[in-house]
Amino acid sequence: MTDTPTASQPTAAVKSPAAHEAPIIQIDGLDKTYASGYQALKSIDLEIQRGEIFALLGPNGAGKTTLISIICGLVNPTGGRVIADGHDIVHDYRAARATIGLVPQELTSEAFETVWNTVSFSRGLFGKPPDPAHIERVLRDLALWDKRNNKLITLSGGMKRRVLIAKALAHEPRILFLDEPTAGVDVELRRDMWNVVRRLRESGVTIILTTHYIEEAEEMADRIGVISHGEIILVREKQALMRQLGRKELMLQLATPLAALPEALAGRGLTLDDAGRQLVYTYDAQQDATGIAELLRAVDAAGLEVTDLQTRQSSLEDIFVGLVKEH
Amino acid sequence: MNWYAIRTIYRFEMARARRTLLQSIVSPVLSTSLYFVVFGGAIGSRITQIDGVSYGAFIVPGLIMLMLLTQSVSNASFAIFFPKFSGTIYELLSAPVSHFEIVLGYVGAAATKSIILGLLILGTASLFVPLTIAHPLWMVLFLALTAVTFSLLGFIIGIWADNFEKLQLVPLLVITPLTFLGGTFYAIDMLPPLWQTVTLANPVVYLVSGFRWSFFGSADVSVAASVAMILLFLTACLGIVAWIFRTGYRIRP
Repeated sequence: MTDTPTASQPTAAVKSPAAHEAPIIQIDGLDKTYASGYQALKSIDLEIQRGEIFALLGPNGAGKTTLISIICGLVNPTGGRVIADGHDIVHDYRAARATIGLVPQELTSEAFETVWNTVSFSRGLFGKPPDPAHIERVLRDLALWDKRNNKLITLSGGMKRRVLIAKALAHEPRILFLDEPTAGVDVELRRDMWNVVRRLRESGVTIILTTHYIEEAEEMADRIGVISHGEIILVREKQALMRQLGRKELMLQLATPLAALPEALAGRGLTLDDAGRQLVYTYDAQQDATGIAELLRAVDAAGLEVTDLQTRQSSLEDIFVGLVKEH
Repeated sequence: MNWYAIRTIYRFEMARARRTLLQSIVSPVLSTSLYFVVFGGAIGSRITQIDGVSYGAFIVPGLIMLMLLTQSVSNASFAIFFPKFSGTIYELLSAPVSHFEIVLGYVGAAATKSIILGLLILGTASLFVPLTIAHPLWMVLFLALTAVTFSLLGFIIGIWADNFEKLQLVPLLVITPLTFLGGTFYAIDMLPPLWQTVTLANPVVYLVSGFRWSFFGSADVSVAASVAMILLFLTACLGIVAWIFRTGYRIRP
């Protein structure tokens, strides 16, 4: 066995500079209608950039898993085309699938296999010669090394999830799909999982994750795609999305309740809550002139006594709920 | 060819047999040996020779065939049914392996196990009854072809079955009766004339007859018919497997 390499060492193949511009996954007009007649995907167009973390958001049944399943080869597409790292997923499936790793949503495992064997099995299945040093590296990175001789049936849910990630990484993929990676995982493990994913990205792996936890996308993603009823309704940089749609609110608690908004404060975009105890000011935090200073002066001049103040940024969840409702 | 994948699947399946040694090796060998003891030793000594062969020896090829058919089918069907049932098949479907390679791995392993079992039972039988093998090469060929063909059939059943009951249906309700009625324990000419004709519709008759010919040099039906029947079966199974993968039937919607 070799010495322990660190997580920062690339597990994926070295990226060629020329390939930087081309998207690592290109999806054109992808359709899927199941035999039952159910149309799960409607002409999906999507590009995933090399090295990014892309979060695919959507309610249950929106088509997230179908989309991933087609790219990974579990489901046959009805129409359209997917190119993964330069290879058509249907006509050149060997080369395409060799670059992809998949961590499925369900915790499925060969109960009586050991961690080491099941991860080695995955590497062989993907056509790679045995490489104990690589398997060791993957297991150590995922904190599974001590469990390598344990049977899968003896592991906790969180550990099993890690084993599935290890299996997906066993053949050194350039693209990793994580289908609901933290579904049913407790808060601590979820944070842990996020760190694992970030380390993977640092090592050069492109990551596509589906989730219906907004928090997860907000925490991790570089870009976000929203899918609803089989259609991609939005793809945006996370920051831009937050900037564009995210609004900020300033809340001022008043010492004495007001019956109505004083005239001196009218026309400033202020609202008074029903109890008359709180003034709410909505503004765009990205702009230079937020108008907060003037507002506070005006409030003071109006003779209102403020006992507390707080601000709130609207989350992706607010944005997302709005988007899906609109659609 | 993705040789690493074929080897990986093959080894995984063989390791499963080693893990379940009692169930996959010891149990079939023991249960088949019981037939030798009861029918060959105890009852067989009261039965006259058939075509110049003692009854105890006469039933050996048929019993090996019986075990070969049921074990090939159950081994291969379980091997592909279980990943489907547990969900681990996602990995197989997402791997850069062709359909042919998947079949080669699973069917190869199931057939290997059956052949090993067949040879073990042959060895065990020779402890109880005097055995000669007239055409050893043909014997091995019949053994291998039958093991491969019925492992393919098992693979098909494993894909088709969507519950454990269906998995057991074909081995219990089709293969076992056909084998018992296929001349395992008797020569066809011991039957009334009408049944001699009816029994020719049973494909297992041809398998048992050909296999028995390789031991004792005498057969119920012509050897050519036996070989043709195995090849016909093999072709049919290969055709169905090809169709399964082309359409994604029950594995890739």
